[in-house]
Amino acid sequence: MTQNIMTTTISSAIRAGTPLLFASIGELLAERSGVLNLGVEGMMLIGAFTGFAVSYNTGNLLLAVVAAMAAAAVLAALHAFMSVTLRANQVVSGLALVFLGSGLSGFWGQRYVGMQAQALSNFSIPFLGKIPIVGEVLFNRDPLVYVGYIIVPLVWWFLYKTKAGMNLRAVGEAPSAADARGINVSLTRYVYTIVGGAFAGLGGAYLSLAYTPMWVENMSAGRGWIAIVLVIFAIWDPLIAMAGAYLFGGISVLQFGLQVAQIPIPANIMKMFPYLFTIIVMLFTSGEKMKKRFGAPSALGVPYSREGKM
Amino acid sequence: MKKLFLIFLLALVGTSLLALPLKVAFIYVGPVGNAGWTYAHNLGKLYVQKVFGDKIQTTYIASVPEGAPAVSALKSLASHGYNLIFTTSFSYMDSTARVAKMFPKVIFENCSGYLTAPNMGDYFGRIYQSEFLTGLIAGATTKSGKIGYVAAFPTPEVVRGINAFTIGVRMTNPRATVHVVWVDSWYNPPAEKEAALSLINAGADVIKSETDSAAPIQAAEENHVYAIGYNTDMKKFAPNYYLTSATFNWGAFYEKEIKSVMNGTWKPRKFWGGLDTGIVDIAPMTNLVPPQTKKLVEAVKEELMTHNFHVFDGPIYNQNGKLIVPSGKTLSDKDLLSMNWFVQGVVGKIPK
Repeated sequence: MTQNIMTTTISSAIRAGTPLLFASIGELLAERSGVLNLGVEGMMLIGAFTGFAVSYNTGNLLLAVVAAMAAAAVLAALHAFMSVTLRANQVVSGLALVFLGSGLSGFWGQRYVGMQAQALSNFSIPFLGKIPIVGEVLFNRDPLVYVGYIIVPLVWWFLYKTKAGMNLRAVGEAPSAADARGINVSLTRYVYTIVGGAFAGLGGAYLSLAYTPMWVENMSAGRGWIAIVLVIFAIWDPLIAMAGAYLFGGISVLQFGLQVAQIPIPANIMKMFPYLFTIIVMLFTSGEKMKKRFGAPSALGVPYSREGKM
Repeated sequence: MKKLFLIFLLALVGTSLLALPLKVAFIYVGPVGNAGWTYAHNLGKLYVQKVFGDKIQTTYIASVPEGAPAVSALKSLASHGYNLIFTTSFSYMDSTARVAKMFPKVIFENCSGYLTAPNMGDYFGRIYQSEFLTGLIAGATTKSGKIGYVAAFPTPEVVRGINAFTIGVRMTNPRATVHVVWVDSWYNPPAEKEAALSLINAGADVIKSETDSAAPIQAAEENHVYAIGYNTDMKKFAPNYYLTSATFNWGAFYEKEIKSVMNGTWKPRKFWGGLDTGIVDIAPMTNLVPPQTKKLVEAVKEELMTHNFHVFDGPIYNQNGKLIVPSGKTLSDKDLLSMNWFVQGVVGKIPK
């Protein structure tokens, strides 16, 4: 019985953490390049809607996922244009994206409410899926969960072990130095903001194609905001972001298990934990020395121009 | 000559005024596309538009925040010539009362509040009667004797629904228990689904949802346990395990109100209608409901409609086994509207 509770909790944590994982990896990449994009919620919604609509109309799930990523990437490109080319206030532009994404998806999505479409279903990985307990929890999932397993180490490797990853970090830390070394700052920021948007779209697609396969307005219900918090919690490290996503996901579902088991911890307290953990991380990493190692990219949210003027 | 022309003009204006369609507006608390509460109200709006055709003109404003935004939305509707405005949430009650005072010629109706005024009515449905009927079905269907209830917030309205449902369950299955999980949100599909899954993991083999989306119903279908929905018919989301839903049928009420406004017989009232008024009902029972249960539900529904029987007729015990309503007594509307205790058979707590 205890084992059962353990496995179901971990299983739910992975499920609830996967949309957070994709969205926060995307935001992490954008922020690493120096662009703060608060529009994650809007991009997730556009992704969720597009994924569902394409699945409904074509029955092709791969196409649905790709379309979801592309649609969210278009929104992100808008943000990149505002914040890189026009050097507008990134907070304002990001917030505008939230309203744009939720508004457009809600408007276009009205005719899809209550519809049923093709959904991603679980499949067991040969051999691995047969391992007792672990196999069931980790390797009998839907395809996007596996994508999550693979993508995070890849992003980590890319960031820390490749030249392109180093350039990306350089643009976020010291854009003028990067520029002097011949790295195209604007192009880099465009690319990673857009790639980040595609990841948010993937997180949205997970909601409407795998988690709760349907379309309803504002179905992300604040997960985009948690993803942004998660990036800070993870001190901009993809591996910590992955652990954090499953942790935050686990906390969000644990409250229900506790209720069923008659252990009364108020839901409000449970909802607070992700933010509380993040504040604790911030406290520990706010010292000058710590900031250099673990802090936010130095140029985060600061538009770049060669003259050093706004 | 001039006078005659004036009279002619007045008559023209008069007839055109008479022929003007009644302008009816709705204020929604959420998006139309949420498949739950607001969706059900919008079905009502679409229904009356179809019934009255070009005799009425309808509009809605969705996702209106309570307080100042609601006041300005209402003022704008009233000053644009809307004659009848439905505000479809308790949270709009105070704003509605304020604006009703400013526009005495416009008729306002607030859903699930308690304030009325000469030009403001209050309306709601006794959905607990439908919940009770679905409870009869759940009790007859469960094999494990454990039924999961996915609930939103611990308001008297929701507590009353859970109690009515449980009384129904116990009538067909005296030993069954109803396990309540609070989602702490009206609307958060993934969380609603997780709440349902936690109940299924604990052994529940019937899931009753009371939150806004169909996610708990989907969770039931995926895990091969029975599902009972809320607000609207949700059969599509669990084609193989769906039993029925407790449904609101706002259109039936809106139709009557629009008619009485057209006839000039409208009067403010506190309307809390049950199955007999058509404002609440249950969705058609699927073939998974055994025929004798179907018969029982129809018979009890008849009794409720003719007021021979009330859901909260004694004896009713609370969770701790204490007798609250003695035999021969029934709970008053006042008691029902402030309900903050669970009946025997509910497993779960009301957060304070």
